[in-house]
Amino acid sequence: MTALDSAPPPLAAPDTAAVLAALGSGERPRPQGPLAASATFGWRTLLRIKHVPEQLFDVTVFPVMLTLIFTYLFGGALAGSVEAYVQFFLPGILVQSILMITMYTGVALNTDIGKGVFDRIRSLPVWRPSALVGALLGDVVRFTLASVVVLGLGMALGLRPGGGVVGLLAAVGLLLVFAFALGWVWTYLALRLRTPQAVMGWSMMVLMPLTFGSNIFVDPATMPGWLRSVVEVNPVSHLVSAVRGLVHGGVDGADVGWVLLWAAALVAVLGPLTMRRYRARA
Amino acid sequence: MLTPSFAGMSDAILVEGLQKRFGSNTALAGVDLTVPEGSVLGLLGPNGAGKTTVVRILTTLLAPDAGRAEVVGIDVLRDPGRVRSVIGLTGQYAAVDEYLTGFENLEMVGRLYRLGRRESRARAGELLERFDLTDAADRPAKTYSGGMRRRLDIAASLIARPRVLFLDEPTTGLDPRSRLAMWEFIADLAGGGTTILLTTQYLEEADRLADRMVVIDRGRVIARGTADELKAQVGGQRLELTVSSAAELTDAARLLEPLAAGDTHADEQTRRLSVPVRGGTDALAEALRLLAGSSVEVLDVGLRRPDLDDVFLTLTGHAAEDGTDDREPAGRTPAETAGSAR
Repeated sequence: MTALDSAPPPLAAPDTAAVLAALGSGERPRPQGPLAASATFGWRTLLRIKHVPEQLFDVTVFPVMLTLIFTYLFGGALAGSVEAYVQFFLPGILVQSILMITMYTGVALNTDIGKGVFDRIRSLPVWRPSALVGALLGDVVRFTLASVVVLGLGMALGLRPGGGVVGLLAAVGLLLVFAFALGWVWTYLALRLRTPQAVMGWSMMVLMPLTFGSNIFVDPATMPGWLRSVVEVNPVSHLVSAVRGLVHGGVDGADVGWVLLWAAALVAVLGPLTMRRYRARA
Repeated sequence: MLTPSFAGMSDAILVEGLQKRFGSNTALAGVDLTVPEGSVLGLLGPNGAGKTTVVRILTTLLAPDAGRAEVVGIDVLRDPGRVRSVIGLTGQYAAVDEYLTGFENLEMVGRLYRLGRRESRARAGELLERFDLTDAADRPAKTYSGGMRRRLDIAASLIARPRVLFLDEPTTGLDPRSRLAMWEFIADLAGGGTTILLTTQYLEEADRLADRMVVIDRGRVIARGTADELKAQVGGQRLELTVSSAAELTDAARLLEPLAAGDTHADEQTRRLSVPVRGGTDALAEALRLLAGSSVEVLDVGLRRPDLDDVFLTLTGHAAEDGTDDREPAGRTPAETAGSAR
């Protein structure tokens, strides 16, 4: 070991003996299990919301804006009256709002990669998917918040949910399941693309046709046949139909089944793909 | 700290024939190195030499194309999970969550190591205090200076007391004061028995901290040994003097001609003359005698042993700092972490 100069450094150097004492001398603890580690990463996402509440801006303002614009601008033309359109449109805009904000999960992950936080996390002895699962679960809290905002606004605009509280809860629950599954698309993109901007751009390119090419805004019966067949296989259409059914009562079980099937398929396909990129990422 | 391991296994890090390519760019062309338990190895080289690639392979972030790598006897390819539980990593970029406070950053890492909430918080508090960050503990890391982020980053890599610590250019972008404090801390940590692999472009840093050094350039080891051994490869002492004006350099060189054991080098910009000599202080005394009666005004004179800069220049034909930066695109430039140092 090279001898140190005798001159004391101007900054207070850490007292290593004390650090080592503070760290204790016991064995290193065993790493966290999958659930605990995911919960810790979820806690991290919640802390970020706590420290930067501005990030809830797009979660709340964007859906409010969309709802107001569509309801008042197109409501009369599309459904005869604003009141009638809200009944049809609100469950749809709820879906649209939540799906749009899922992409921030990918943007946040890509930012982690750029800043080196990702490397630190990958060098920790934790269940590998926990960082992603935790982030997605933390984001589910944001989605819940946005759902409350949109539904609250809907009630103010005249939404009368025939499905009652149980229907609303079930609708939001189903939506959250699908949003969590869709999140794996964005985590995969985040690991493939170089910048957060690219992740955002690609996410929009996927989300725009996915949400507008659905039954969110208008009844597919008014569409040309070829488009209608596309819209009818779009998982978002099934999700919207199921959410409408749950909100107003009288849901079609087949729609719920399709949504759950799509969610399972997304996780089953993109989960492993994402994790392969996660491990291999240089 | 020293735990009984496999028979004859006293190396905390063992690397054999490590190779890695990124596309057409060969990052590592067969690197071998060992680090005995409890010692500090300085991995030196210019930007793009392959230092970071070695660290990323040893910390399980990257798989090599060929070769073997073990940390405390555990194969990094076959059992990366166990390797992760004995190492600490401080990468080139201060890897802290900007939105979380310093305290929360440490608590998070502690919890991921399953220290439990109470223990994580206790250790986080202690570490913040020791790293002089207590006042900033409850501020988001976004507001920290470059030096503070670095300290927080290192604190995070220490919270579970790793047996082997990897420090990838730990002082890049730090101001001189923070650098001195960091050096002192690393030296203390090594004194406490932690095995450390340290990469650096700063020869002074390696000279000061490392027990042994490995110099790599373009993915190959070009020299290894202690600082003294490396310096011995370059040759003996030099007499260096600075004169008051460039015009006097010629006179001085002529006067000292009888002492020169090799080519004399004059630098007009720095007005410095460098003469290879034999005989140590006798040569210095003789030089002063020769200059005493002349019109040459000497501002500074001294006998100098070659430093690692000379070593690098001799070994690679270029200075340590002027390598082109073609490191792998894993993140952003270190300059980004530099800027805000106090």
